[in-house]
Order: sequence, then C-alpha cells, then structure tokens
Amino acid sequence: MTGREQARERERAQEPGRAPGRARGREAELYAVAGAVPDPELPVLTLAELGVLRAVRLTADGGAEVELTPTYTGCPAVETMADDITAALRGAGVPRVAVRTVLTPPWSTDDITDTGRRKLRAAGIAPPRPGGLLTLAIHCPRCDAVDTPVLSRFSGTACMELRRCAACREPFDHMKEI
Amino acid sequence: MSREAAVDRDELLGLGDDALILSHRLAEWAGHAPVLEEEVALANIALDLLGQARVLLSMVGDEDALAYRREERAFRNVQLVERPNGDFAHTIVRQLYFSVWQELRYRQLAPLLPLAAKAVRETAYHRDHAEHWTLRLGDGTAESHERTQRAVDALWPYTGELTGPGGLPGEWLARVTATLRAAGLTVPAGPPPRTAWAAGGGRQGIHTEPFGRLLAEMQHLHRSHPGASW
Repeated sequence: MTGREQARERERAQEPGRAPGRARGREAELYAVAGAVPDPELPVLTLAELGVLRAVRLTADGGAEVELTPTYTGCPAVETMADDITAALRGAGVPRVAVRTVLTPPWSTDDITDTGRRKLRAAGIAPPRPGGLLTLAIHCPRCDAVDTPVLSRFSGTACMELRRCAACREPFDHMKEI
Repeated sequence: MSREAAVDRDELLGLGDDALILSHRLAEWAGHAPVLEEEVALANIALDLLGQARVLLSMVGDEDALAYRREERAFRNVQLVERPNGDFAHTIVRQLYFSVWQELRYRQLAPLLPLAAKAVRETAYHRDHAEHWTLRLGDGTAESHERTQRAVDALWPYTGELTGPGGLPGEWLARVTATLRAAGLTVPAGPPPRTAWAAGGGRQGIHTEPFGRLLAEMQHLHRSHPGASW
C-alpha cells in the first residue's frame, strides 16, 4: 500500500466503533475508549483524531495491549498519553494494560483525520497540508488570508512553526507537514 | 527485531551518541540564544535529537547507563558534535555540516532501521533551519559574514570524519558546497582532511579536550545521586 492508501485505511479505522484489522466487539469498543483520550498537548484533539493510536488488542490473560506511535521521536507527551490510555482502559474494566510504542510505519501529518484538521483550525492552529500538496498556501486560521510569512521554523513544540498573518497581523502556529 | 539487527551495534552506538551529544550542546543555548524564536528552535532540535538518542541507545543497552555511566573513551560520537557552541554562527554551521550528513545517513538506513525512517523527516527540518540561517548570516552584514566564514573554516577539519569510509563524500560535499556558495561564503580548499587526530577519532573513542567538561556537566547529577528519581 502507498502511504496515502495507508492513511486512508487508518482514517477509516478511526471511525467510531471501528478498529484496525479484524478487531470486533470488545476490541473495537476498547479502541474507541482509548481513541477518545484527549491529546495532552493539543487537548482539542483526541488520540484517534491525531492518528497516533495504532491498535488495541485483547490478550489471553484478559488484559489489553495497545500500540501507540509518537508524532516526533522525542515527543515528551508519549508517556502522558500512555498513562492516560491505561487509566481510560482500566476505567472500562480492563485489569492489565500494556502500551507499546511502535515506529513503523512512521507517523505522518496525513494520519490526522479530517475532523482533527477542522478542530485544529478552530483552535487557531493552521492544519498541515495534505502530503504531496506542499505548494498550497497556508491560510490564516482566523481570517483565512493567504499571505502568512514564516517567523520561525519551530514554535512552542517541535511539530509547529510560527507564522504571522499579513492581513490581520495575528501570529499563529502552523503544524508542519511530516 | 530481526530487521533492526541488520544495523550493527557500533553504528547504532555512533548514531545514538551523535544525537545525544549534539542534543546536549544545543540545550546549552537555553537562556542564551540571540532571540526568543531561536531559543525555542534550538531547544526543539535538541529535543528531537534526544528522542532519537533514547531509541538508538535503548537498542544497544540500558539508555541511562550508556548516557550517564560511560567514560569519555567509550563514547563513539563524531568530534564535530562535541565542539563547543561558540557564537550563533558557529552553532549554525556545525548544525549545517551535521544535519546534511545525518539526513543522508538516515535515508540510507531507512529500509533497515525504523528509527531512521522516522527521524529522517525531523532531520530534514533541522537541515532546512541550518540552511536558511547560513544564507541569512553569510549574506547578511559584514560582521555576520565574517563570523560565519570563521565558523566554516574552524569546523571544516572535523567534517573529515563524516565523509570518510562509510561516509557520504559526494552528496555531502555537493549539498554543503551549494549552500555555502549561495550564502557568499568561501568553501575551504580541497576535500575535508582525513589525517591525524581530527579524522575518524570520535568513532574510535578519541575526543577533543572540551568533551570531558561536557560529560562532567551531563553526568554529574546521575553520578552524584545514583538511582535518584523525580
């Protein structure tokens, strides 16, 4: 599968009540519980909308194994995400939860769902452009103007860059494509 | 796991130590960068590198033991990354030399090493940042030009270790040369030297004098309070 097909596959998998692969019933239910956990740094998004929750599987001993992928390798939020997922699944009656970090395939901003992108914009963050369309202008999330020069290639977190809108003069973060 | 084993331990350790030590150097800018945006940028690059180091060192052994309890001669980072920050131009030129190499190396290793496949996208932003600043400084004021040229020359001998056997002479040289020329800077004559102490030493555990002080600061807390946790 190409990267974009994988992204679409994951997008479908992130619909409520569905989990990747052949997950059914209880696993899908637990996937929805873990996927609804808010991102610790961008709490307007859920982990499912951010596209970092890869799988939730039931184990033979009645516990759950979760696969989580980091946005950036050094993202300090991963440990908080793992703790929050563990707490949410325990709350749903799972006695033992193991969260495993996986790197393959690497997370891409294409893994953010359409709902996630809308929520980012509503929160004042310009969403990443879809892969392969990096010549598109970056619109100001407030006034939608397209003249938005870069102030700095990095911002409050590694995944953002700082821009300023030439029309409304407001600075804003843009989530960089990766 | 079998795919990860395709990259040998020495290479993982070298890449991990490069990332760890450069991360520490960049973090030294906290509170000292020329403008707030650059303070944030350098800290973010340091954070990416620290994340890479943690994954790479964990593939070799216990990440904390490797970072905090090894002696100087056991580190396998290239000497370039341990060089002191100097002024902002010096830090940017060091980053240019290193990021161009790291991006090329990670791209080569991507089919064998999941960390490389992931981190190459982060490194592309580090390289982009360094290239932009090299252009601005080299093609900026007389003073910024002079300081950047001084950094280009001073750090050049340390690049031999990047481009030597197993390195990437052609692509690295082409990319760095193009950026330096576009910035109006003079590319040092000849290929990067591979002689004496400055070439290949880091990968064999031979380091420059400031490295000991870096390790003393980086390891002090862990060694003074073994097993401590927050």
